[in-house]
Amino acid sequence: MPEQIEVLILGAGPAGMAAALQLKSLGIGVRVLDEQRSPGGQIYREVNNASSARKRLLGADYAAGGETVAAFLASDIDYVPNASVWLIDAERQVHYHVAGQAQVVQAQRILLCCGAYERPMPIPGWTLPGVMTAGAGQILLKSGGQVPAGAVVLAGSGPLLYLLAVQYLQAGVRVKALVDTCTRSDLLSALRYFPAALKGWRQLRKGIGLMHTLRRAGIPWHRGASDLRVEGSGQATALTFETDGRQQRIACDLVLLHQGVVPNTQPSLSISAAHRWDESQMCWVAEQDEWGELSVPGCFIAGDAAGIDGAEAALVQGRVVAVGIALSLQRLSSQAALQHARPLRRTLATYRSVRPFLERLYRPQPALNSPADTTIICRCEEVTAGAIREYAALGCLGPNQTKAFGRCGMGPCQGRQCGLAVTQILAAAHDVSPAEVGYYRIRPPLKPITLAELASED
Amino acid sequence: MTGETIVVGGGLVGLAVAYGLAREGQSVRLLDQGDVAWRAARGNFGLVWVQGKGYGMPAYARWTLGSAAAWPRLAQDLLAETGIDVHLHQPGGFLLCLEEAELAEESRRLHWLRDALGGDYRFEELAPAELRRRLPGVGPDVVGACYCPADGHVNPLLLLRALTMAAQRRGVVLQTGCDVQRIERQGEGYQLTGARQIWLGDRVVLAAGLGNKALATQVGLNVEVTPNRGQILVTERLAPFLSHPTNYVRQTAEGSVQLGDSHEAAGLNDSVSASVVASLAQRAVMCFPRLAGVQLVRAWGALRVLSPDGFPIYQQSRECPGVFAVTCHSGVTLAAAHAFELAPWIIGAARPEVLGAFSDQRFQQVSGEASHGH
Amino acid sequence: MVTEALFRSIDQTEPQVTIEFNGQPLDVPAHMTLAAALLAAGVRQTRNTPVSGAPRTAYCMMGVCFDCLVLIDGVSRQACQVRVKPGLRVHTHSPVHIEGDTDA
Repeated sequence: MPEQIEVLILGAGPAGMAAALQLKSLGIGVRVLDEQRSPGGQIYREVNNASSARKRLLGADYAAGGETVAAFLASDIDYVPNASVWLIDAERQVHYHVAGQAQVVQAQRILLCCGAYERPMPIPGWTLPGVMTAGAGQILLKSGGQVPAGAVVLAGSGPLLYLLAVQYLQAGVRVKALVDTCTRSDLLSALRYFPAALKGWRQLRKGIGLMHTLRRAGIPWHRGASDLRVEGSGQATALTFETDGRQQRIACDLVLLHQGVVPNTQPSLSISAAHRWDESQMCWVAEQDEWGELSVPGCFIAGDAAGIDGAEAALVQGRVVAVGIALSLQRLSSQAALQHARPLRRTLATYRSVRPFLERLYRPQPALNSPADTTIICRCEEVTAGAIREYAALGCLGPNQTKAFGRCGMGPCQGRQCGLAVTQILAAAHDVSPAEVGYYRIRPPLKPITLAELASED
Repeated sequence: MTGETIVVGGGLVGLAVAYGLAREGQSVRLLDQGDVAWRAARGNFGLVWVQGKGYGMPAYARWTLGSAAAWPRLAQDLLAETGIDVHLHQPGGFLLCLEEAELAEESRRLHWLRDALGGDYRFEELAPAELRRRLPGVGPDVVGACYCPADGHVNPLLLLRALTMAAQRRGVVLQTGCDVQRIERQGEGYQLTGARQIWLGDRVVLAAGLGNKALATQVGLNVEVTPNRGQILVTERLAPFLSHPTNYVRQTAEGSVQLGDSHEAAGLNDSVSASVVASLAQRAVMCFPRLAGVQLVRAWGALRVLSPDGFPIYQQSRECPGVFAVTCHSGVTLAAAHAFELAPWIIGAARPEVLGAFSDQRFQQVSGEASHGH
Repeated sequence: MVTEALFRSIDQTEPQVTIEFNGQPLDVPAHMTLAAALLAAGVRQTRNTPVSGAPRTAYCMMGVCFDCLVLIDGVSRQACQVRVKPGLRVHTHSPVHIEGDTDA
């Protein structure tokens, strides 16, 4: 008979922590499972171990996250770090392991706060040592105080690139170049959303501030870049690209790529929750009601996992969804729940007002959605874009048949790095929308688990 | 008369039949569903397995043996026609037993089969010492095994791709995203109706797995197939350690290890369940203890297509001559038979004698649980 | 192969510990994940892909990409999910060997 608990939260980033604190304040039993060794998710990673110097370097937002982490740790919530969840079933039984020991728990309600990960950015040479994501750069900075030792180029689009470049400046590192795929046409198209975005002027101001810092520092900034390729054999030695019809080449040891983040849909897909294709965010988003409940009853979602809105929004949304869970457990009346949620929802709306603008401005370039035939798409199984197009020609309409034909998505990452790209390539090949193409069928295990650990469950 | 044969179902059965018809010069159109479908073809273990099959029906044992013997020819032809090596390997297989009762039962069945086939049936019963000599690494909990030299395995997904390519190259028209709902007479031939399309053919082969039941009824055929769920685990790639297939553990040519052989009457539900996954893992570690530290990377569930007695149905409709039902749950093992033996009959020749046992009318007295081999 | 490190530390003091990498002692920073520590120690490649043998190392640092797989005491682990400990026995990742009917 598995252990029974009221609410199980997966993830201890801003959404997970905020939800846990809210539920606790309502007297509801909560357990939080976290892959990391301490709370904060990716955005506030290791903040509770960060020196004041580190906090100053990483910025005010990071430091502020430290307060939430401190409150969370002080709250005596049942927090389980270093936990790896491998199976969630539709009846809300959750299987995980900690330090080689398998555990099973039966929850009345589950809240998925598993955050986001980088949108895949398959370009020639992206699998070479010396190429990482901008997110990886941030993690190395946050959890080890590590900065690039040599020539580094940041490439792609999105505020994280600018933030990282500024943080590196604070740490005494000048990136050799910022290769920005954003074009003037993106800015012009985004302008229609600008008036609505003004409600979130504080966030916009932060972004403008970052760009201003970079310009003042004289960081070489190449805009409208296309045809990005990493050169090197065995390791990265340069990034080449085109701007204004001219080929450019920047020698470097390290290339950090980024084109936005997308919701981590593995857990929500694994319980067969309904998802829809969001054309603005260009990714799959779980269908959820106004309280964050998925199409699978009793399962909820909050934070970036529910849709990319950022950390501050996640802190608020976590609380809204916690109220929704309390309502669903009948620990709050409908009226009390609405009352609780009203001011939170107003704040959330403010944070969300910038999204259409940012999403259009930093929308991945169409060319990046149709990589050249020789580009590796599935990193694990080394399946190229050309091979995927061949399978499309053989009649594969979606990623699952394509996977059967070509093994893409069968490796340890289970499609996290290739899924969106495969969907896009098939959509282009069949001239249909990504919504029609669909996505991989996601099955357990969500993360690898040894056979001995599995067997120990019995 | 369109001159076309329509095959409904693009799994291993439909593809093999379509390929076989194309080899006989027939004009074939194959209709397959979209990306999300039950697809037993994507969910199998890849065994080309003879041992134990046909217990209770010797004709099935003969049909299976014939297919296994013809498999090298199929593999060779597919390689020649598509350049794809499906990694057929027939070194003999081991049926590992973790309980004495299991071993005794398997032995009994194999002896029965040998008698039923007039002695023409090779197998060995292996005591633990001999088993360990042949399969080093087998764990102490394995009480014995039965070995059959005709058993083997193949890469089922490469087989799927190779058959698809070979069929296409021989002119089979492959249409995906189709859902056939109705079949009825149309002049000298038949009309198939889908959600948005209509197809006409002189002959129709129903190879739609679980979908066969609804279509077969419309032409007076009795194809009462039900789903039986099998779950399979796949590990990270290992260095080659196991070249012989076994009933529970099989190493693929890529190095990953498949763990399987579960059976559940779970209805139309192909999800993976924690309890079965844990028991498959436990069994694997009992068979090969050194697998304990190996990582499980993925798992899946798929639905076997089971007739009431677990044996195939090969039947031409009496009401609608020219419409054939073809169904089995061993699409991999029988791929060669399907490719080489069925086409002449479908085109109009007399039904091969061996297929007489697989009529749809044999189920009148049968009731209860289906029995089936591997 | 150990070369010039792609990353360096901005912290003043950086305690090091000795681990074993491919049978040889290797000094790495103490208070971080194994993936970060190997990068800091100048290790540029921690696995070869099973399909083509291409060199790989950590890419995402957050447990999503699995490019940082290494062998720790013969078991496959993501280096970005393991913290450095003195004496950790690490090998470049390759398919694990177990005993069977085939000589590997």
